[in-house]
Amino acid sequence: MNLRLALFTAGALGLAAVMAAGMRRLEPIGSYHGAYGEVLNAVAVGERNSTDVVSAVNFDYRGLDTLGEEYILFTSVLAVAAILRKQKDEHDEAPDQFREVPASDAVRLLGVGLVPVTVVFGLYLISHGAVSPGGGFQGGVVLASVPLVVYLCAGAKTFLRIPPPALAKAGESSGAAGYVLVGCLGILAGKAFLENVLPLGRPGGAWSAGTILFLNLTVGVAVAAGFVELLSSFVEKALKR
Amino acid sequence: MTGHLPYALAAWLLLWGLYGVVTSKNLIHLVICLAILQSSTYVLLLAIGYKAGAVAPVYADMPPGTPAVDPVVQALMLTDIVVEATVVALLLALAVQAHERGGSLDPAELASLKG
Amino acid sequence: MIAPLQILLFLLLALAGPAVVLTRIPVPQSIAVSFYGLVLAMIFFLHQAPDVALSQIVVGAIALPLMILLAVAKVKSREAAGK
Repeated sequence: MNLRLALFTAGALGLAAVMAAGMRRLEPIGSYHGAYGEVLNAVAVGERNSTDVVSAVNFDYRGLDTLGEEYILFTSVLAVAAILRKQKDEHDEAPDQFREVPASDAVRLLGVGLVPVTVVFGLYLISHGAVSPGGGFQGGVVLASVPLVVYLCAGAKTFLRIPPPALAKAGESSGAAGYVLVGCLGILAGKAFLENVLPLGRPGGAWSAGTILFLNLTVGVAVAAGFVELLSSFVEKALKR
Repeated sequence: MTGHLPYALAAWLLLWGLYGVVTSKNLIHLVICLAILQSSTYVLLLAIGYKAGAVAPVYADMPPGTPAVDPVVQALMLTDIVVEATVVALLLALAVQAHERGGSLDPAELASLKG
Repeated sequence: MIAPLQILLFLLLALAGPAVVLTRIPVPQSIAVSFYGLVLAMIFFLHQAPDVALSQIVVGAIALPLMILLAVAKVKSREAAGK
């Protein structure tokens, strides 16, 4: 252990010296000279009718990178489900080992208040990705936290009444495939893959920016279903009927 | 001097994350230190794209043309955060499975793989 | 050149990072990493990056501690079943 710590200290000092030498030549924070960012800020609202330039970059100008990112999430959920599947020598737990509903009324009231607000907020974040900060990923994870709130505030029995895991799997694969299908609309129209070919609306409304809205919806569905799937791989029997 | 504070912070977090990974005795603790390591890159990217006195690149209530910070670097950070979440999920699943096969969460005790 | 609030949050993050690393037990560490994620989201927000701040709050304060607690619970239940 001491040898490991000594080796690490030597290496860390060397790394710190190299990083200090390199970072000393960087400009101080606040002085930005890049050309790409300023060009994008100037033309994005006019070209794509989307007031949120970061979403326009993510789903339109660099849409292929977001396709890769969504498939990273998809592959990781697949791998976690494969790693944590039930092995041959495991036995099932008895179903009466579930934690019962909490006796505190304050927690249940909090759950009743939180669930509708969170669902609406998640849907708002997903569908208004092109207008204000938000987007498919953020709204998808907010939506995925709703079954968790139900489980925490209402116990396992109410949680089991939420739709079965087949729906989560179907949602995730349809989200991942839907992104590619929306991209193929560009090919069908005779232009490049993932090009924005739908009619652009008025900037500031929810139906603006063409394909960005549909890409946000597919990413939101895929991310929400993927995170619910991920959580259920860890929670052993909670989602099985 | 304070202009270079974010860069020094990124290097500081990177070294502390590495220290946590090297001297960890619990696989779950190791995975969280890896997340700290990854978050040092967010600070570096943020510092590169920031322009003093500019606003956020969201033009919903501002006339287009007001100077804003760089949106490309923010798009890179978004992808980075998603990748961090997925990598942490995968590594935690591996840690849980390693505990079942090896019997403990200590990396030193798991060193010998039984074939 | 940068506002004093930004400098203060940078220093707070420099303290929170080692605090997360030096907490060796996973369950208190998940609370520490949740606080770290919140400070990081505040830094993003103050540097005019609201999209990234939303994403960081959602991942670092909801998804990450949740996965850690679930992994710890699964490990403990397997230990209890094995005994």
